[in-house]
Amino acid sequence: MTADPVVTATPAVERPGLQGLVLAGGSSSRMREDKAALAYAGRRQLDRACELLSRHVARVFVSVRPEQEQEPTRARHSLIVDTVPGQGPIIGILSAFAANPDAAWLVLACDLPFLSDATLGHLIASRQQAAVATAYRSAHDGLPEPLCAIWEPRALAALSAFHAEGRSCPRKFLIRSAAALVEPLDPRALDNVNTPEEYAEARSLLVPPPIQPMELKIRYFAVMREQAGRSEETIETRAATPAALYAELAARHRFSLAREQLKVAVNSEFSDWARPLAPGDAIVFIPPVAGG
Amino acid sequence: MRFLLTDIPIDTARGRRELLDRGAGACVSFEGWVRDVNDGLDVVRLEYEAFQELAVREGERIVAEALARFPIKQALCIHRVGALDIGEMAVWVGVSAAHRGEAFDACRYVIDEVKHRVPIWKKEYYRSGDSGWVNCERCAAAPSRAHDHEHPHVA
Repeated sequence: MTADPVVTATPAVERPGLQGLVLAGGSSSRMREDKAALAYAGRRQLDRACELLSRHVARVFVSVRPEQEQEPTRARHSLIVDTVPGQGPIIGILSAFAANPDAAWLVLACDLPFLSDATLGHLIASRQQAAVATAYRSAHDGLPEPLCAIWEPRALAALSAFHAEGRSCPRKFLIRSAAALVEPLDPRALDNVNTPEEYAEARSLLVPPPIQPMELKIRYFAVMREQAGRSEETIETRAATPAALYAELAARHRFSLAREQLKVAVNSEFSDWARPLAPGDAIVFIPPVAGG
Repeated sequence: MRFLLTDIPIDTARGRRELLDRGAGACVSFEGWVRDVNDGLDVVRLEYEAFQELAVREGERIVAEALARFPIKQALCIHRVGALDIGEMAVWVGVSAAHRGEAFDACRYVIDEVKHRVPIWKKEYYRSGDSGWVNCERCAAAPSRAHDHEHPHVA
């Protein structure tokens, strides 16, 4: 006689709830102003990141250092204040796990202006709960991007041990612990912004394009004139900024100079690359000068 | 007008007259000449091209800055445009002041800033038959950005 097979109830595997963590504890030393408060299209990037993330996770928290708790840009969000001594993103991640060790944390840097719903959705759809983390593979160097990644509860023990060894780079941790890597949909999606120049560049790319194409006049001098094969032209374009206009014209005329090597003038005065253009504006791209 | 563009030879005597001042005890001028060699290449002639409206605006700003920064009396800069032969004067800067020290300093300031900021370009024609825009033709494209989050990759 055989015993009835033992029926073991398979416990419903509890999918650890996905919580959101936006890191805003950085020192912004190269930017020389608080990165969390930098604005794109009129909105602070910390608010943008939190709103974006809130559409994908149960709840969003902002990671801050103790001295930032009252800072107005941060204080309007739900905060996780660092409880682990030390500095850097690893402290923010460890402090989030200290607050909720059973949650998986979707960790984001606050300075990712090109981040989109598509990028977050793809990361979540690609999540591998058996790995310590699921991260994008950097389009620049092929290594994991720890600050747009899902950190699973199983990462906690190893991450604590890593930190106890005096190590602090979450990227090195993900390399060492064989995180699941996801190919980015858009190679620029995770470009971050650390300097005033990168900020100007990102703002210029995030100005919404005009609804109607507008007429602009472009004058060319020196090497630009020779490469364009003309000294001026009037074009119809949806380029919203000088930066977008240069990208369009560089492709058309095969300009040899990168935009970083140029200055730009709008209506005969030097201009920011991110300035919104208006119909009828006259633009000059200024290659490296050589007077005297 | 303290910054002028001209397509005919620079009239230094006229420039000097603009600097006259009863309180001036010193006058310093700088002349930039077309040299027959640059970066090891034999140069036979030059062409200067200016974005006139902005060149004059920026040049005027530079001379105004010199007048504000240094205790000088008068300052003027004249820059050539068009085709120039070897030995011709491409630029002239003149400064008058009570004493020579500030006149030298202000003159140096003006020419250095003009070279860096004023939208004027120089095309060199070489003995080899080749030609090139100075500072533009041999520039490498800017490198692409790498991952660069603000934390050191230590450990």
